[in-house]
Amino acid sequence: MRSNVFELVRTLVAVFLSLLIVFIFIVIVSKDPVRAYRLFLIGPFARISRLAEWLNQSIPLLFAGLAVAIVFQANQFSIGAEGQFLIGALGATMVALSFPEVDVIHLLVAILAGMLCGALWGVIPGLLSAYGLKEGDNLGVLVVSLMMNFIGFYTAYYTINNHFRDIYAGFMASPFIPSTSYLPFLSARYRINGGLVIAFIIAGLVWYFLYRTKWGYEIRMVGTNIGFASFNGINVKRVIIYSNVISAAVAGLAGAIEVTGLHHRYLWQSMPGYGFDGVIIALIARNNPALVPLSALFVAYLRTGGRVMERGSDVSAEMAMVLESIIVLLVTAEALLNLWQRKRLKRKVSQR
Amino acid sequence: MCGITKVYPNGVVANRNINLNVEKGEIHALLGENGAGKSTLMKILYGIERADAGKIFLEGKEVHIASPLDAIRLKIGMVHQEFMLIPSLSVAENCVLGIEPRRGLSIDRSKAIELTERFGAEFGLPVSHNEIVAELPVGMRQRVEILKVLLRGAELLILDEPTAVLTPLETEELFAALKTLVTRGKTIIFVTHKLKEVKQLADRFTVLRDGSNVGNGLVSEVSEAELVRMMVGRAIEVDVYKKRTTKPGAEVLTVKGVFYIRDGRNVLQNVSFKVRSGEIVAIAGVEGNGQAELVDILVGLRKATRGKIFLNDKEYTNAPPKEIRSQGVACIPADRIGRGVAMRASIEENLIADRYFKREFSRWWGLNKKAIREHAKNLMHVFAIRAIAPSTLVGSLSGGNIQRVVVARELSAGPQLLIADQPTRGLDVAATKFVRQRLIDERDRGAAILLVSTDLEEIMQLADRIIVMYKGSIVAHFADIESVTPELLGQYMLGVERQSEKEAEGAWNC
Ligand SMILES: Nc1ncnc2c1ncn2[C@@H]1O[C@H](COP(=O)(O)OP(=O)(O)OP(=O)(O)O)[C@@H](O)[C@H]1O
Ligand SMILES: [Mg+2]
Repeated sequence: MRSNVFELVRTLVAVFLSLLIVFIFIVIVSKDPVRAYRLFLIGPFARISRLAEWLNQSIPLLFAGLAVAIVFQANQFSIGAEGQFLIGALGATMVALSFPEVDVIHLLVAILAGMLCGALWGVIPGLLSAYGLKEGDNLGVLVVSLMMNFIGFYTAYYTINNHFRDIYAGFMASPFIPSTSYLPFLSARYRINGGLVIAFIIAGLVWYFLYRTKWGYEIRMVGTNIGFASFNGINVKRVIIYSNVISAAVAGLAGAIEVTGLHHRYLWQSMPGYGFDGVIIALIARNNPALVPLSALFVAYLRTGGRVMERGSDVSAEMAMVLESIIVLLVTAEALLNLWQRKRLKRKVSQR
Repeated sequence: MCGITKVYPNGVVANRNINLNVEKGEIHALLGENGAGKSTLMKILYGIERADAGKIFLEGKEVHIASPLDAIRLKIGMVHQEFMLIPSLSVAENCVLGIEPRRGLSIDRSKAIELTERFGAEFGLPVSHNEIVAELPVGMRQRVEILKVLLRGAELLILDEPTAVLTPLETEELFAALKTLVTRGKTIIFVTHKLKEVKQLADRFTVLRDGSNVGNGLVSEVSEAELVRMMVGRAIEVDVYKKRTTKPGAEVLTVKGVFYIRDGRNVLQNVSFKVRSGEIVAIAGVEGNGQAELVDILVGLRKATRGKIFLNDKEYTNAPPKEIRSQGVACIPADRIGRGVAMRASIEENLIADRYFKREFSRWWGLNKKAIREHAKNLMHVFAIRAIAPSTLVGSLSGGNIQRVVVARELSAGPQLLIADQPTRGLDVAATKFVRQRLIDERDRGAAILLVSTDLEEIMQLADRIIVMYKGSIVAHFADIESVTPELLGQYMLGVERQSEKEAEGAWNC
């Protein structure tokens, strides 16, 4: 418990330090740094529409963070959440467009389809890393999942473009899905995606899964020490497969929720980058699903703040990206930990 | 070292106002029970841990050692209790890690190899430079560790339980090497649980108990019993273990003509033996003669190239570990860090690794947190694991306590066949006694026990029959323990002598 508090403090210090560094950056690039920094820091809170933008943005990030946390806990360096997200979105769109328009059931079927398609997209890297790669070959896992992202993106692109394209839209997108398959908004006026609630519930479930179930236990043991796990009779290959599949189901669910809860169509013309976003969010949360919502909200806040700053000042949104990267660097840097530990111990000694 | 105090972030006071004086050119033994704070003190000296209070003086001058780099600069070297080599690199690469000889921009490999070989020869620690460390037996890794430290020019060597993994012969060799080092002016701090070695090797000693100093002095002026009393706080009788009184029962483990071939080399060659219920069969041998591979095959972590293995007449050759375990096989592995425990998991999680799916610990697909905690508390009590709580991470335990976690899990499985590979490695006097007694109890309960050990004393004390392995074959079998002496075993272990095929077949036709 003490070490958890410690980790939290460490993360907060990293956040604070990087905010400071970013301020210095802004002072350098901006003519009116105080205004820009204020927009960046409190901008998202200033209007409800921005608040909605922030929350909506955090939903897919939250799911991606959860998906990545699951595979990372199994020590599988997979960034496949992206492809799984898109395939999930594709599956949900296709089913929503073809299924009869029955209330509730239509929505449920579409969401389930998204999850299932995402999960299927996770079966391939799961099997590949269990049987095709050497144990612990994380570079292999990374490459496989990266390639699967491209294949997923273009598969979805091809399918929508050739079979489900809305020819009246000015860009590549599917037609709108029927309203019986809409996930209700939290606030229809500000278009706040109702998936937020689901995302939080799933975070709780994933935490329960990892820390309170047999499968979660297996995943964590394989993740900390593969030799230990197999010595004690845990079937490592099986664990690698289902950790990939379950993670992919979460990512697929995210895709389905974006479609049914917000856009109401498939509209991704380029890769949204959720694979790496998931990695960042999981890293900040130390792979702990209970912390992923915080970390996702935080990253989404930075990005929204960045956009607000861009719209209202002479600083570009890329600054937010810089900030994000600095935070990840600081949070993951062991050096900071040591620095802190020493300070704490010194204090302890002098109290003696 | 003066008034050293160390409190770990989790509140454990590992060192409390400790003084340690080591003179130049001496061998100084540091003694104490598991968890007494020996490794912590040494880590402070080597700059891995920071003391909360206290000063360190080197040749009269106060020094500040903030990191191992500082320590190396001050010519202090340390061989850790748990090895710190990089398994995927070769011996020579490990030895020169961080101090690579260079040629232009690239590493001068031949120079690295030459350095390794030269130092190896000079200090009586021969190694084969091109082998990958992961493939090496533990005894050999130990040598590499020492070489690595010597190559960095250390004058003060810290050896944390260096002999725990060595055979008597290897120990002799090491001691000879250490004595050579001392005559060349090097100073050695030597952590150990083996009192005989203290008497044999050390000039002076310091004893820690519960993180405090409880004694020091000249080795020549104390007896082993006095040392034990200082370490434990009370006297412990010498080890006497009950020999087998009942006749052994039915065959539990049958190994028949097992071969294991790696890179075209016979690592195991036609190994056949039996272990019956109610007996302890010991496999003696110098580390690296196929015992490790044999154990791996028996627990399902490696596949035998040829041959058959039966448990109670049911064949299980090359079955997956889970199936083997569910048939009643348990194993205390020699490699506790790689196999025995998950360092970043808690004690309670480590203790259920082979049984979390059982009904006591799980309902449906969930885990029963309360039962798991109770289970851990219980085992921690029975096996005297010193830790704050069941949720303590195993990685923060002392070496001996980590071993207790492994022993607790495997012995509490109530196995029909228990494979104990170096079961008391790194344990203090009391714990060693405890584990050996538990093995005897298990035997008397009717378990079949296969003891793999490089410690001849342990073998002589526990075994009902002895098998000697040399270069992957069984070269001797003794059914009558009384007639065996450690010297005799040594001859077979080194391949100097060898029984006739017929005699060695006794392992099979018993
Ligand atoms: N990194 C750590 N974090 C927290 N506690 C620790 C850590 N390392 C050691 N301890 C605790 O400090 C105490 C002393 O440990 P230490 O490793 O120094 O013992 P030791 O004398 O070397 O024992 P052994 O003979 O078993 O190796 C133990 O109670 C141990 O649990
Ligand atoms: Mg120790």
